[in-house]
Amino acid sequence: MRLTDFNHAAIPPEAEAFRAEIRTFLDREMQGIPPVVRADSWMGYDADFSRKLGAAGLIGITMPERFGGRAAGAFARYVVNEELLAVGAPVSAHWIADRQSAPLLLHYGTDTQRERYIPGIARGEVYFCIGMSEPNSGSDLASIGTRATTVGDGWVLNGRKIWTTNAHRSQYMIALVRTQGREDDRHGGMSQFIIDLKAPGVTVRPIRDLTGGEHFNEVFFDDVALDRDALVGTEGNGWQQVMAELAFERSGPERFLSSMALLNTLIAQIGAEPDALQAFQIGRITARLMALRAMSLSVTAQLDAGEDPAWGASCVKDIGTALEQELPEVAQLLDTAEPRVDSGGDHAQVLAYLTQLAPSFSLRGGTREILRGILARGLGVR
Amino acid sequence: MKDMFEETIERLLSDFVTPEAIGAAETGAWPEGLWSAIEENGLAIAAAPESSGGVGGSWHDAYVLVRAAGRHAAPVPLAETILVNWLLGLAGAEVAPGAATLAIAGGSLDGGLFSGTLVDVPFGGQCGHVLTTAGDTRSLVLLSCSDAEQAPALNTARERRDTLTFHGARPVAVASLPDSAPGDALLLGGAMIRSAQIAGGLAHLLDMATDYANQRVQFGRAIGKFQAIQHQLAILAEQTSLASAAAEMAFASSERTPAPLPVAAAKTIASDAAGQGAAIAHAVLGAIGFTYEHSLHFTTRRLWSWRSEFGSQTYWAQEMGRAMCARGPDGFWPALISAMAPA
Repeated sequence: MRLTDFNHAAIPPEAEAFRAEIRTFLDREMQGIPPVVRADSWMGYDADFSRKLGAAGLIGITMPERFGGRAAGAFARYVVNEELLAVGAPVSAHWIADRQSAPLLLHYGTDTQRERYIPGIARGEVYFCIGMSEPNSGSDLASIGTRATTVGDGWVLNGRKIWTTNAHRSQYMIALVRTQGREDDRHGGMSQFIIDLKAPGVTVRPIRDLTGGEHFNEVFFDDVALDRDALVGTEGNGWQQVMAELAFERSGPERFLSSMALLNTLIAQIGAEPDALQAFQIGRITARLMALRAMSLSVTAQLDAGEDPAWGASCVKDIGTALEQELPEVAQLLDTAEPRVDSGGDHAQVLAYLTQLAPSFSLRGGTREILRGILARGLGVR
Repeated sequence: MKDMFEETIERLLSDFVTPEAIGAAETGAWPEGLWSAIEENGLAIAAAPESSGGVGGSWHDAYVLVRAAGRHAAPVPLAETILVNWLLGLAGAEVAPGAATLAIAGGSLDGGLFSGTLVDVPFGGQCGHVLTTAGDTRSLVLLSCSDAEQAPALNTARERRDTLTFHGARPVAVASLPDSAPGDALLLGGAMIRSAQIAGGLAHLLDMATDYANQRVQFGRAIGKFQAIQHQLAILAEQTSLASAAAEMAFASSERTPAPLPVAAAKTIASDAAGQGAAIAHAVLGAIGFTYEHSLHFTTRRLWSWRSEFGSQTYWAQEMGRAMCARGPDGFWPALISAMAPA
């Protein structure tokens, strides 16, 4: 099979069956949530909403039943998530825990860790953030310097993380830090730890972003004590564990549906009878959404089969975020509405918000340039 | 049957479709050896049911054949013939013997005799039969091309796109597509095969451009080591991937009859990717890729025509855009999901 072959994957009937369930939930719970709030998509934080979703049994559904899950497959999770994103449900509180932390703990964690964290995640009550970037280590993640030093049978953590989404409203962080070697050691000597963000020595400082909102943070660690149970997986294997997570992080529907709120208000603005240019642009966007969804489902099938579709996931993310970023551009081309903050119609407000948020889409989770480098390496030129 | 189809077509096209053979076809030669091999292996009737005299492969399986036809720039109406025989099968009719093609916007039947001018007919003068419609767009008519007045025309790859004019010709067969078929089934079918051919052509461009970038040395290193080239190749790979995924989605969704939204999406995506992909391949290969001697143009010149044939990006995007706007903001997402649901 060629890298560029994305074998068509149909959603199996048992996974498709979750669609009616999640739509019923959303019909009830999304009443009255205005478009500008929906525009936050998976950056929208609402712990009440997450708890209700958890109570309805729709978080952590791929987890075993003994940990509060429903032992469902990857496609069932896909169906639930794409429906949440399509209506702009405020899912940010539990999103990362559901997407990455619970699967990571199930795969690499000890029984103690699984029992301690996964049921709370599935209830929509326990939230995780991911500590990766540091002030001097962004795209070059392998140069991180935050370090856990062995003390007794545990560790002491020092350093800091930055651009950590939701650190200010999560209970835990799973961080990639150095346990051996030096900064120039590249991929060796790194480990993943669970850090209680209420622990002594942890300071979380929200960073205001250009929209005026607070999504990401700087997190300082000053002699934070970590016990033996804080280590996830194998000491020194952190880089490999993190890389294995990336395909999950980069191939899902959140990599092309982040601007759906704007597509909805734009279609409402255009009405049922578009002119030639409007029809062309809405059609082109629809075509790309469908093709991206086909690609993303194909990658999901590979993940489900235990493969590591890093190349395909990078492809989905780069094309998908380009579409998400193009939507505000297209919207302002097709309609004369001016963007408005805190006043004006739904479309004007959603346009204003997503126009400002859009630059982040190709920064978070791996930049466009990093992704294209991964693609080039897969092609054998790098 | 997908794997068997793929193995057979790859072996066959690798043997027969050399640059010399494509060049000879451009000057009007009919590649008899290639076509005979295609027929002997049952590939022309691959997707028609056994009850119609076909091999009985699924339409989804036929995707790999059509894509391979595009990847190798096969200078024969393989994609068209597979499509025509599949459509005849859907209508419960016998497969057409030999090479067959299709024409949109047909003509009319009067006393059982067909009259009309068929334009832009792929390989029209080189095929035994042409499938078109008469009156109702679901009423299929299979005609013998030798009954037509023929006016040859060429696309940018110098593939024949002829005008065939019929004056009271007796059809070889008359059949009806099921009522569940969309009114523009022939056009959708044509758009679907061109999407898959474009996906195949792009995969070939990616192979050529990647190989060249690894071999060509400038400033003391392979040009593929320059990040500017790497990112161009990454974009070409993305466009190839998107076009492939969309084209396969169209085939997979059309098992019973052509599926309007997936096909419209596939042709919109593929036509867009064709132009971008050809431009990148030419940029990477430089002056050598602009010569007739180098085989790059056999693919790029096809992409430049295939993207316009059976509806351009603009045509299909507008069709989709009108359909989706008519659903309104609340109907958009459910329509997208149900259009992609398994057939």
